[in-house]
Amino acid sequence: MSFLTTLRDLLRYNVQFAIGATLTLVIVILAAMSFISPYDPLDTYVVALDAPPSWQYPFGTTSRGQDAFWLLTFALRNTLLFGITVAVISRLFSLAVGLVAGYVGGRTDRVLMALNDTFIVIPLFPILVLFYFVLRDHMNWALLALAMASLGWAYDARLIRSVMMSLKTREFTRTAMFSGMSGPEIMVKQHLPFVLPIVFSTALNNINWSIGLEVTLSVLGFTNIDTPTVGTMLFWANQHSALISGVWWWYTIPTVFVMLTFIGLFLLAVSLNDYIDPRSRIARMGGGSA
Amino acid sequence: MRNYSIYIAKRFGLFVLVVFVGISLTFLITHLTPIDPVEQMIASMTAFGDTSPEAVEMMRLALRELYGVQGNLFEQYLTYWRRMVLLDFGPSLSAFPTPVSELIGRALPWTIGLLVTCTLISWSLGNFLGGLSGYYRDNRILGALGIVAMAFHPVPYYIIAFVLLLIFGFLWPVLPISGGAGQNVTQGFTLEFIGSVARHSILPALSIVLVGVGGWFLGMRALVSNIVTEDYVAYAELAGVSRRRILMSYVMRNALVPQVTGLAMSLGGIFTGAIIVEQVFGYPGLGRLLVGAVYSADYSLVLGVTAISIIAVAGAVFLIDILYPLFDPRMQLT
Repeated sequence: MSFLTTLRDLLRYNVQFAIGATLTLVIVILAAMSFISPYDPLDTYVVALDAPPSWQYPFGTTSRGQDAFWLLTFALRNTLLFGITVAVISRLFSLAVGLVAGYVGGRTDRVLMALNDTFIVIPLFPILVLFYFVLRDHMNWALLALAMASLGWAYDARLIRSVMMSLKTREFTRTAMFSGMSGPEIMVKQHLPFVLPIVFSTALNNINWSIGLEVTLSVLGFTNIDTPTVGTMLFWANQHSALISGVWWWYTIPTVFVMLTFIGLFLLAVSLNDYIDPRSRIARMGGGSA
Repeated sequence: MRNYSIYIAKRFGLFVLVVFVGISLTFLITHLTPIDPVEQMIASMTAFGDTSPEAVEMMRLALRELYGVQGNLFEQYLTYWRRMVLLDFGPSLSAFPTPVSELIGRALPWTIGLLVTCTLISWSLGNFLGGLSGYYRDNRILGALGIVAMAFHPVPYYIIAFVLLLIFGFLWPVLPISGGAGQNVTQGFTLEFIGSVARHSILPALSIVLVGVGGWFLGMRALVSNIVTEDYVAYAELAGVSRRRILMSYVMRNALVPQVTGLAMSLGGIFTGAIIVEQVFGYPGLGRLLVGAVYSADYSLVLGVTAISIIAVAGAVFLIDILYPLFDPRMQLT
């Protein structure tokens, strides 16, 4: 079955996937529109202040003289990029830990899983706040992404490990072993293809998780507040007491769109998860005699 | 009983490991970053007005002592641990000379109270409704609840709390949106005080519950719909056991076990959510203390709250681990 037919069937028969894909697509298109924005993201006081939504300014303007629509496109782009960066880096960690722990087993597995559970349990928010507190003005987007990626891999590593453990006991692993493949070779060539879809669906959830924390830290001003993200947009709205001065759209617009992002990505992750459920997938692909 | 002790020893090992790794992480962050907190502090303190060089030098010494940055890295690490074990974080700089531990001690009951109540509510409500929805698949109301859960679950605590703040603070102002109790109410075991605390906690609690319930609901529904296809359920149905009894004693009972593990695993995340929500609603717990400490550049308080958070969450997970055999009788037999 080709990729496109799979996609078409998913869109037609899986409501969750259809809604999730549509929402995500809308957000991605909005983020992409930042490239044709007439303004620079750091431009302030270039349009009328506090103009409510109108034909000219579909999402109104802010008290800092920014067009909320174009500002939002930059904010969504940076926020999405942030989430994707964290997800990609943390996938490397969770794949490494999950594959090795699941395949090697024994003492290695116990040590890695003890470390893994530790990272699951540790409350991350205070640690990230401490990280900002020490770095202060040196804090930037990339450092925060790196910090979050190195803290947020554990939950998915456990999932990858459990899939790996079941793959290890399948017939084809033994076939590969007896035909002379080495351990790492089996892991990468035989098992990784089964693990990758799960890596992908966990990545979507990880994007959600990191965006959520980024928004929270930014709203409190614990990031570089000059990078427009959904969080810093809300931070500036707070700084200008937008609600008290009646500039409600400054709050509502980013909040609504970031919620749509969360729901879109979550529905995508859930529906993909159903689709690629390792049990049904292995059965479908005839991956083993079990 | 012997097995139980081995199990407890193992779980206690995890507790120690979490505290060890967590505290070491905070040490790494505070001592290995290229930015010297002492010099930064001095720079910000001497930015206005002139301070004599001798005073700056004395300040530097005092701060080095406070931050524990004397000696080589290993000595610093040992000093750091000694303070952690004694829970001695020094005086707070923003509320000088109140010790940090006293400030935390005042805030901790609020956080624990809010967190325990909300977690119990969302866990039991989510699991109960999720179980029903996984078993009675055709029920329209439960189906609709599933959609609501899907919409709320992925939204982070901050956003939910913020939306509630907008609704109840500005559109329909019927509930208090800030503080832990009324200003004019004296603290104590009076009906008035308890009522005021309860009213003030409605919005923070609602935020945590709204996010939490969805996760447990979806998880339980998935578990139950898997268990329903098991042979023993079909057998019980054929044997004429009432559906209610099958659901309660055979299906949900089994599905609860992984959900207890899930609770232990997600406690760190729930804690994070709770302190974020506290900040939004100005609830006098650890969250507001932490954020306030950052704004007032109070190093010892930030460090203290972080350390206590790690220890508290690790302790709570250990507590759930101790209770786990109650849910999983296999633990006692083997």
